[in-house]
Amino acid sequence: MSAAAPVSRTPGGPRFGRLLRRNAWTLGTYALFVAVMIFTISIHPDYGPFEVQSLVVGALPLAFAAVAQTCVVLGGGIDLSIGAMMAVANVLAARYMLGHDFQSALLISVAVLVGGTLAGALNGVIALRTKVPDIVVTLAMSFVWGGVALLILPKPGGGAPEQFLELASGNLFTPWVPNGLLLLAGVVALIWVPLRFRGVGLALYAIGSDRTAAFRRGVRIGPTRVFSYALGGFFAACGGLALLMSTGIGSPLAGTIYTLSGVSAIVLGGVSLAGGKGGVTGPIVAAFVLTLIPADLILSGTDPNLGQVIQGGLIVLVVMAGGLAPLLRRRAPRTTDETGVAAA
Amino acid sequence: MTEAGVLLETRGLSKNYGAVVALSSGDLSVQSGEIHALMGANGAGKSTLVKLLTGDVTPNAGVILLDGREVRFPSPASARKAGLASVYQDVSLVPLLTIAQNLRLTGTTMPAINPWLQELELEDVDLTELARDLPTPILHLLDLAQALASLPRVLILDEVTATLPADLSERVFRVARRWRSEGRSVVVISHRMTEVKALCDRATVLRDGLTVGVVDLESSGQEEIVSLMLGSEAASVVVSEGSVSDREPTSKIDRRPAVEVRGLRSGVLQDVSFTLQRGEVLGIVALEGQGQADLFECLSGNRRPAAGEILVEGKARRFRHPHDAIGAGLVLVPADRALALLRQRSVLENIALPMVNRLRNWGLINSGSERRRVRSAIDRLEIDTRAQSRVMRLSGGNQQKVTIARWLATGFMTLLCFDPTRGIDIRTKEQIYKVLRELAASGSAVLLFTSEMPEIQLACDRAIVMYGGRVVAELAAHDATEAALLRAAHGLGRAAPAEAAS
Repeated sequence: MSAAAPVSRTPGGPRFGRLLRRNAWTLGTYALFVAVMIFTISIHPDYGPFEVQSLVVGALPLAFAAVAQTCVVLGGGIDLSIGAMMAVANVLAARYMLGHDFQSALLISVAVLVGGTLAGALNGVIALRTKVPDIVVTLAMSFVWGGVALLILPKPGGGAPEQFLELASGNLFTPWVPNGLLLLAGVVALIWVPLRFRGVGLALYAIGSDRTAAFRRGVRIGPTRVFSYALGGFFAACGGLALLMSTGIGSPLAGTIYTLSGVSAIVLGGVSLAGGKGGVTGPIVAAFVLTLIPADLILSGTDPNLGQVIQGGLIVLVVMAGGLAPLLRRRAPRTTDETGVAAA
Repeated sequence: MTEAGVLLETRGLSKNYGAVVALSSGDLSVQSGEIHALMGANGAGKSTLVKLLTGDVTPNAGVILLDGREVRFPSPASARKAGLASVYQDVSLVPLLTIAQNLRLTGTTMPAINPWLQELELEDVDLTELARDLPTPILHLLDLAQALASLPRVLILDEVTATLPADLSERVFRVARRWRSEGRSVVVISHRMTEVKALCDRATVLRDGLTVGVVDLESSGQEEIVSLMLGSEAASVVVSEGSVSDREPTSKIDRRPAVEVRGLRSGVLQDVSFTLQRGEVLGIVALEGQGQADLFECLSGNRRPAAGEILVEGKARRFRHPHDAIGAGLVLVPADRALALLRQRSVLENIALPMVNRLRNWGLINSGSERRRVRSAIDRLEIDTRAQSRVMRLSGGNQQKVTIARWLATGFMTLLCFDPTRGIDIRTKEQIYKVLRELAASGSAVLLFTSEMPEIQLACDRAIVMYGGRVVAELAAHDATEAALLRAAHGLGRAAPAEAAS
């Protein structure tokens, strides 16, 4: 093998093929969603706008929880307090929106979102300053926020103006596209997309991929990490509000399950728990898949408890299948790399 | 060369990681318009000095002067702004980002980097490729192109050519010469003596974290550098029994081969063959990254070789797992004690750990016989067991002894020691040499890789030298002077051994 071989090698192949390969997992998640959807329609022939609406309303909190966790995990961290922060956002909004009009409800929402961002940033600052692993810090904070949620609203209650609930369950244009879907798309498009293609988004991916290399590239590690937790907090607050929209009341304990189901969604959606790899659309679609499956199982008459087993098994299977592809791909070029270097 | 134009200077720069001193006093003076080499044996502090210069780590003491003014770099970005750019030994491109995104992170614009991509003949590289998917040599060149794009006044190349094929290295040299002709400076770290001689104007030599001299490469030769790297008190470590050359060959043991390695390939390794006899300590000498780590991984069952075979007692063996290698009698003492030991557990438990396979008696651990065997191993190595409860409280030397004691208690045929004396005090080193000699005398075989070349004559019967993944020299102990080993390890032939061995 000639020494110049590494240069002339074109490992990417045609650009389209590479684009396909790099986004293979996300595309796979879409395919899974389509498959589950087809299955749903096959067992539920008169699938209509109402079912679409209840799917969106049901999936919305999980979708936001998944996006929140994605922001943190992409930066190489993890936040176990996402569910608890959602609970706090949920009960705060439910308690103070009760009996107010739509405009004040929106104002309260803004305040809750700002609070969520600050709570997320606090996680980041604590992990950064104390050098305690973030998994410990955020686990501890999850108890703190869990307690705060119970202090604000000891038992399910509160409420929100009808118009506010309409933000998720109503429809502006056609009954096939509920507002919740537009809301989700809008928030992600307004917050995530601009960041993703700016320096700070790049820095987020960089620190998640290789912190030392990122530092040497000139990325400011500390601020970027805090930013990723803050972003996580913001989307967790969105999730809390979505929870209010979907249930109509505040519930101090409803949020907690979203920490772990959010993690399932990002894993299913192709975000690497090691950081630096993945996007937000995969986890969002995965959240819809994870909402559809239990509903389908109930529809098809399966024991709900068995449904849990099936859902867990599915996650393991998908992640296993996904882990296989890069493994096979890596085997092949590595040998050529070595002979290329060895020509020295 | 003008004496006045000192561009970059460091005085008494030092860095320690806990108790380990990486650099105790680094002095460097680089003039503008010169290519300056930084030389020294493994662990002399070269890479640490570079990391301090570029803000990758912050010094414990000492100053950096640029144009005579003191500067501090809290991060590589700030050093780059001040005009110091480095290409590190380990690639520092973010693997999961594309090359173009990596360039954006440093704020490198395409017009700024394009001429350098052309200069380094990298126009064909697809910048939308993920850094992870490109071969290492290309990444090094891309890293260099990016460093050049910031037009640094001092360009630092930390063993960049170590991973590059010859024709790619030539491109790097071309750029370095161009940099010099434009009145800028280049600092080069390289183990390849011929390369340094051809390229550089002066060399600063480090030894044990200290700057020991500056050599003008035009007027003086390799021998001066080698002697500076060796130091005057090279023979400071003396084993009480005297060196190997006086020792009688152990004739009692029949010299059957314990391990034969034939045509082994894996990672950096290119066709390595040698035989390790029972009753001998075979030394391996190599500079950083010449394949010694791959060799030990294959022999200890941590990795499956790509080609070649390992024969134990004449029978070809395939190790799929360290358990297989241990079963065949090959046991490893790694350099990193933390890898080998359960730091939170007691000395006794650590030593007894591999024995659970043997002492198990219907699932119960036979603590009586365990204790006896452990006790005898502890006595033999004179392990200080006052810090009984947890191995992590022991000194580095004692931790290493625990690792060896574990295998003494378990029993083995071949001991693989990978730099066992790294960061250990002299007295403990002597004890370890003594144990290795005793093991060989009792019929075991010992393979010893060491980064400290004087150890070869103190502990080994024979030494092989690896360079570029191959065995390039084999020396009997009395020929294996530090100078001879150093020459061979730098890929130099055995020319003029007489003067080198002075």
